[in-house]
Order: sequence, then C-alpha cells, then structure tokens
Amino acid sequence: MSTSALPRDAVASPKVGRSKRGIDTRPLVWPSIAALLVWMIVPLALTLYFSFRNYNLTDPTVQGWAGLSNYTYLLTDDSFITSIINTVLLVGGVLITTIVFGTLFAVLFDQEFYGQGISRLFVVAPFFVMPTVAALVWKNLLMDPVNGLFAYMARGIGLEPITWFTTTPLFSIGLIVAWQWVPFATLILLTAMQSLDREQIEAARMDGAKPIARFRHIIVPHLARPITVVVMIETIFLLGIFAEILVTTSGGPGDASTNLVYLVYKTALLQFDVGGGSAGGIVAVVLANVVAIFLVRTVARNLDN
Amino acid sequence: MKTKQRDKIIMTFLGWGVAFLVFFPILWMAITSFKSEIDAITPSLFFHPTLESYTTVNERVNYFGAVINSVVESVGATMVCLAFAVPAAYAMAFYPGRKTKDLLMWMMSTKMMPAVGVLVPIYVIFQQLGLLDTWTGIIAMFTMMNLPIVVWMLYSFFREVPKEILEASRMDGATPMQQMRLLLLPLSLPGVMSTALLSIILCWNEAFWSINLTSVKAAPLTQLIVSFSSPEGLFWSKLSAASLLAIAPILVFGWLTQRQLVRGLTFGAVK
Amino acid sequence: MRFARTGGLLAALLASTIAGRAADEPTLTIATVNNGDMIIMQKLSPKFEKDTGIKLNWVVLEENVLRQRMTTDIATKGGQFDIMTIGAYETPIWAKQGWLMSLDDLGQGYDYKDLIPQVKDGLSLDGKMYAAPFYAESSFTYYRKDLFDKAGITMPEKPTYTQIAEYADKITDKKNGIYGICLRGKPGWGENMAFLGTAVNAFGGEWFDMKWQPQLTTQPWKDAITWYLDVMKKDGPPGPTANGFNENQALFASGKCGMWIDATSGAGRVYDPKQSQVADKIAFTASPVTDKDPKASGWFWSWNLAIPTSTKKAEAAKKFVAWATSKDYVKLVGESEGWVAAPPGTRLSTYDSPEYKKAAPFAPTVLKAIETTDPKHPTVNPVPYTGVQFVAIPEFQAIGTNVGQDISAALAGQDTADAALKKGQATTERTMKQAGYPK
Repeated sequence: MSTSALPRDAVASPKVGRSKRGIDTRPLVWPSIAALLVWMIVPLALTLYFSFRNYNLTDPTVQGWAGLSNYTYLLTDDSFITSIINTVLLVGGVLITTIVFGTLFAVLFDQEFYGQGISRLFVVAPFFVMPTVAALVWKNLLMDPVNGLFAYMARGIGLEPITWFTTTPLFSIGLIVAWQWVPFATLILLTAMQSLDREQIEAARMDGAKPIARFRHIIVPHLARPITVVVMIETIFLLGIFAEILVTTSGGPGDASTNLVYLVYKTALLQFDVGGGSAGGIVAVVLANVVAIFLVRTVARNLDN
Repeated sequence: MKTKQRDKIIMTFLGWGVAFLVFFPILWMAITSFKSEIDAITPSLFFHPTLESYTTVNERVNYFGAVINSVVESVGATMVCLAFAVPAAYAMAFYPGRKTKDLLMWMMSTKMMPAVGVLVPIYVIFQQLGLLDTWTGIIAMFTMMNLPIVVWMLYSFFREVPKEILEASRMDGATPMQQMRLLLLPLSLPGVMSTALLSIILCWNEAFWSINLTSVKAAPLTQLIVSFSSPEGLFWSKLSAASLLAIAPILVFGWLTQRQLVRGLTFGAVK
Repeated sequence: MRFARTGGLLAALLASTIAGRAADEPTLTIATVNNGDMIIMQKLSPKFEKDTGIKLNWVVLEENVLRQRMTTDIATKGGQFDIMTIGAYETPIWAKQGWLMSLDDLGQGYDYKDLIPQVKDGLSLDGKMYAAPFYAESSFTYYRKDLFDKAGITMPEKPTYTQIAEYADKITDKKNGIYGICLRGKPGWGENMAFLGTAVNAFGGEWFDMKWQPQLTTQPWKDAITWYLDVMKKDGPPGPTANGFNENQALFASGKCGMWIDATSGAGRVYDPKQSQVADKIAFTASPVTDKDPKASGWFWSWNLAIPTSTKKAEAAKKFVAWATSKDYVKLVGESEGWVAAPPGTRLSTYDSPEYKKAAPFAPTVLKAIETTDPKHPTVNPVPYTGVQFVAIPEFQAIGTNVGQDISAALAGQDTADAALKKGQATTERTMKQAGYPK
C-alpha cells in the first residue's frame, strides 16, 4: 500500500496535538472535537442526571431522587438478557450478511458490462428507502402469510407459506435490515475497488492465478480497511434499530424480537418514563462502548498493519 | 477477445439479475403505487393502473415544500459537516498522535447513545434555544449526528493518499489549507464524494429526529411519509406512492453523481 | 414529472415560504392522526379559513408517532401545537395535569346536550369537558352473511364467546383460504390488548382490584386467554402475531375472514366497494358476551380535539374546535363527502338524520354498541380505574404492551396461557411497584 518510510503509529509525539513534523494540528482538529464534546457532554450529563431521578413525563407529581432504582428495574427485567442476545444476533447476523454480499456485489459491479452504471444505482437504491417504509412494504406486500407475494409464490408451487413474523421474527427483521444495508456495504466497497491496482490483477491473471485466488489474495486484502469502515458504521446504526421492529412485530411474539433499543423505546416513549429511558440510554452507551473497544482491539488492529 | 466478449455478456446477465433481485421490493412498491387500494391488498399483476394515490398524496401534502426542506437540511448539514471534518481527518491521517485512535473511537462512541432514550433532554434543549421546527436546528442535529462517521470515513480515505505527495508540497511551502484544497481533496475525490453522498442519504432518511423536532416549517419528506403510514384502513398504495415520491429526488441525485463517485482518480495511477 | 416546471415551482414555493414566514396572521398549528375522518377535516378546512381569516397548518402523523410527538411537546411545554388530536385514554390523564384548557365555552350554537353522554363523560374531569369529541367508536362483530347462510347459521343479536368459537369452527375452510375468525395478535396496548381487555371484562375479570393489585392470574383472565388461543389456533389466519387492526382489515376486505371483532369505525370502509371485495356480503352484530356478564360491551374509544394550555392563540383555537366538532360540520361532511363518511359516534343528531341512516345501515348497531359501553363501570367487580379496554393511568401503556407481548408469545406457541399470564402478572406488579402504587 503506502511506501511511507515510517510506520505511522511509530511516530511518537512528545506533546499531544503537536506532531513531530512540526505542524500544530490543534486548530484543525479542535472544532470537530469541541462541537462533539458539547454535543456529547450536554445530553449525556442530562441523561445521567435523569437516570437517577423519578421522572415520568405524563405524571409530573412523582419526583425526586430515584437512587439506582431506574437501573435495577431495567437490569432485572426478564427481557433484558434476551434483548442483549437479540441485539448481538441482529447486529452480528446483518453484519456478516452485508459484508459477504457487499463484497461479492462490489466485485461484480466493478466488472465491465452493459448498463453497468444504471444497474449499480438499482443495487444501491434500497439504502434510500426509509426504514419504516421498507419494513411496511416487506411485511405487508411481500411477507404476509395470506396476501403477500411470497405466500402466493409458495402456494403456486404447492408449499405452505412461511409465517415469517410468527415463527422466525428476528430472522425476518434481520432480512429486511440486511436488504437496506447490503447496498451501503456495496457502495463503500465499490468505491474502494476503484483504488485497486489493476496492473497487479492483470499480472496475476497472466501468471495463471484463478479468479478465486485473485479474489482471495488481492481483492480481499485490499478491501480489508474499507470493510472495517463498513463494520464500524453499520454496527453503530444496527445497534440503534427500532423502527423496523415497531412496525413489524412490536418486539414479539413474546420478546423474541425485542432488542435493547426497543426495550428502551418501550420505557422512554411508550411509558414516557424519562428516568427509566435515561437509565436505558446509559446502559446502552456502556454496552456499545464495550463492543466498540472489542471491535477496535480485534478487528481494527489486525487490519491496520 | 472472444472470451472477453463472452465474459462481458455473462457479467451483464449476472449483474442485472442481482440488480433486479435487490431492486425488486422497490419495483413492487412502484407497481403497488399505481394500483387502487383494493387491488393493492392482493399481489396480482392484473389491475387497472390508476394515478389515484398520487393525486391523493398531492392533494394532501405540500410535496415540494417538503422536498425543499429535505434538500436544504441534508445538503446543508453535509456541507457544515465536511467543513468540520476535513481538517480534523487531515490532521489525524497525516499527523497522528498517540491519542488519535482513542479520539476517533471516542467520536464514534458519541453515536452510540440510543436516540429513543434521549429525546426528552434534547427536546428541552431545542425548545430552550428556540431551535424546534427550524432549519438551523435540524442542520445542527444532522451535522452532529453524522460528524463522527464523516470524520472516520475521510480519515480512512485520506490514509490511502501517499504521504510523500503532501510532504513534497509542504516542502514547497504549501499551507495545510492549500494542501487540503489543491492536493488532498482532488486526490481523494471518490472517497470525499462517497462520504458526502453517504451523509446526504443518512440525513435524507433520518426519521427520528427529523420527525420529532419539526412540525410545519422545517418538516422534511420523512414526516410526509409518516402521514401516510399506518392509518386506519387500507393505505399500501398511498404509502407506496408517497415513498416513491420521497426517494425519487435522491435517486435522481444518486444517478447524477454515481459517475463522479466511481470514475474519480484511481490511486493505482498515482503510485 | 416535468423538471422544467418543477424548477419554476420550486422558486415560487421558496418565495411563498419566505413571504409566509414574514407575514403575521393568526395561524394555528394542528396536530392530528392520519385516519380517514381527519383527512376529510383537513380537506374541508379551507372553508373555515375563508370564513374566519384564521390560517391553519396541519401536522398529520401516524398514531404512534403522533402520540409520542404530542406527549413530549405538551409535557415539556414545547408550545409547537395549538390544537392536538388526542384519544380517550390521554384526555383524563392530561386534564388532571392541567395541560388542557377546559372547553365548556365553545359558543351558544354548540349544543353540548347533543353529544352522546358516554362520549362526553369520558372526556370530562370534575364536570368540565377537556376535549371535544371528533369521532368515537366501540367494537362489534363483523361477519360474512354469505358464509353464515351457507353453513345454515343465524347470527344472534348478542352472541356469546362460546357461540363465536362454534361458528368460527363451522365456517373455516382453510383449503379455500377462509379463516373462521380474525382477531388482533400484534402486541400492544392499543392492538391485541384492546380486544383482549374487552374479552376479560366479559369473562368477569379486571386489570386491578380496588387495592391496585394486578389480577392477571385470576380465573376470568385464564378463561378469556384460553378461549382466544384456542379459537385463533384452530380457526385463525396463519402468522397472527403480526396482525393488528390494519392487517385484519385487509384480510377481511379481501374475503379471507368469516368473522372479525374490531372497531365500529371500520364499518364505513368495509361497506365501501372501493375498499372491500366483500362489501355486499357483510353484516354486523354486537360484541360477544358471556353468562357471567350478559351486559358486556365492546370497547370505547374516541379521537378528540383538545387545546393545550401552552397555546397563545386560545380564542382562535376554540373557534376551530367548535367548528370541527359541530353539528354543522357533520352536515358539511355528509353533503360534500357523502353521508357514509360523516364522523360517527359523537352526536345524537347524526343518528337522527335520515340521510345518515339511509347511507349507513350499520348506524343503529354502532350507536347501540357505543351506548352500551360504560367506561366508569367497565367490569363485573368494582375497580379503582376508568376505561373499558384500557386503564386510565400513565403506566398502562407500558403494562398493556408488556402483557400483550407475553400473550403474543403464547399465540405463537412459545408459551402456555398460564405461563404467559404469570409473566404478565409479574411485569405488571413490577411496573406498578416502580410507579409507587397503591397510591
């Protein structure tokens, strides 16, 4: 990749913000940091404060300090563990699906063929659809077990239609979400493919490397870093999914499709329990950071070198 | 030569096949939008096409007003966001310190607070500052929302640019501003473009804050869609029509920019 | 789409937006739900604007989003709306907080006595009315006359739950895609629990006893839930846990359901050949009862217009509320949109109108359904709360949704009725304890 003489991370900086090369980077970085700091600190402080308060929007008569009760209430909820597992399954499943298909599609749409430009746009299009709409369209027009298109096709070939949201709720939601995010992975990876060294591929081809070998040894390593980007960004968005769950299953049946955010949603915006919702927000931030640290330690570090 | 031609035809079939499958739900939505509500509840291909739903949508909402709000808010937020993010990503990519990684991580972690849990604090802040239902408020919100992602993406694209080029220009006396404007941005144009496009799309589709923090004057297309989703009664055709109208501008935009997006400079050529 | 014209339009629009912002006319912002009756109100509102010079801005949202949007705004004194569309559930709760203006002075021509008493009572606190009813509904049983005739069954005027199960069994014909009964299965306090709440009442049960102790593990609950699970598993459509009001209406309108117990406000739509393939084959009867409670009713719900105390334009807002809930408005809708579309369930005069009776043959059944509800005494045993299919306390939204989820698990076959109710009891006890009950 880069032929830089010094490995970047080896550049030790004596002072934070001032690099060895003598440029003061602080004026460049601080506007973003300051903005984000304010952005983060103010709501976080408020949320932290509310999480220790009794505060229900629809019942202002109940007030005062709640101690840890908002937290214990959430953490001892039967659905809490299930929701964590569901969150992990949903995020993990969709990530794997989108990376696999995103990479394949990126390679495919990088080839030259007739109408390549237009077809690319079609592939990216699902990413433009609002989550609620995507979920409603899939649920009612496609996956409905009586009047949906899939059910008609299944009956047409003599099969029993699948009752998607009753028997496999989490999988069905994952399918809808993956449909929205595969285009994203494709878009990013396709862009990254542009910077691939064509001569290298051509040379490998001349040397008799099979397409699969070329894919494994040239394309995949080249896409490693963009894939980290995709993983990072998608993780953040996938951790926050709730619209798709709300319109399809409302978290059910039981808590089979309840993720952490949906659990928080129920507290914060169905019950309007600001205290409980805030506690849920804090718990989610803590958990998300654990995931993030894990991601950085394993995935990012490996891919960086 | 012959095999090349054959490969191209195979690729054409494969590419269009995949494109069709992925696009199919939207196509089906488009077909549904031309049905009457009663036809829309069953998946038949035989129906009398009608513009009923589009007429209804047009009668009920101010479509162009919502488009203007969506455009102003998503493009505005993206521009503000880039103005913050390009210098930051430049500094992080070319003059990294020990804390750079942690800083990036911290930025990303600001995004991990679930929006549903913090609506009330944010609403109160917006109300106090008079930002409810204003372009400024939504642009500020979207900027903050996307800033970590934009910084992260730019950072990773900038790192693909060989350091030596910037180094050389610096030796020639170019200021950081000039380096960014004359070298970095042109060199990483596809990356910057796709980052910008991504940011615009994320803003365009953002359906929690944009609905909860606006009412009339700054209400974007997402609110228009919500007014057609899940009323009592049949609504699939109207919802399909409204959704298609809502994604049409960004599809056109995507179509216009996708050449930019993928043509760009290839780094292979730079090396 | 023509792009050249679009450009011109864009420019014109931009100009008009800016001009609109600069001007200082009395402008009301109205938040409303996107149901058909409200869409008609929006459509007819230019007449009001012309008559009064008051300008109206509409924010039309889906029910869930609207509720979350309005609650946030009114509780934080956001002041974004001058008129809000709120349900029978919110009205007493919000009125108690002092968030709503009392609406006892809507002018001389308003005729309060013409409002259906049950409806007005539900919107009043300590004798003052805090929201004006826009339309109201109960629930009743829709059924397919043709299927019943074929099976040789006559639907009684007051069917029992046992009879309903029997009939459902007889008319189910899964090979031809006919399911005997469609009931809500999607979890939510306003979805499956709306129906199940009325069923529990009919089986003699209640949510809480006089000491606010949850009663979910009592026999009536078990009976009601067992009945529901049995009939749905035997004669219901596949995948019922995803079906709410809309999904069921689509199933019924496409001829897949033999019976459907749901909101009376759907009657106008399934009667409309444009929205229903079975328009000429349907009939209606009362919501089912049991021996324990032969007087049991359907649910009671209304959508109402209310004015938050945070508005600065109370006078203009009252003018609009009075206009949109008046007798004249009902007449206006009848004349311009057809009488079948007149907002139902609010005024006795609507049901006296010969035009309405003619256009809406289901009208007497609907009126009777509404008049038999008794939100103040919804259950066999005395209870400390009001509301038929809901409990008018803020905590109920969460409780109803959680219990709804537990029951949907049983409906999906993941759990038994007993286990689901035990779980529901436990979560309800938790929520009530958290909220500090008994108060």
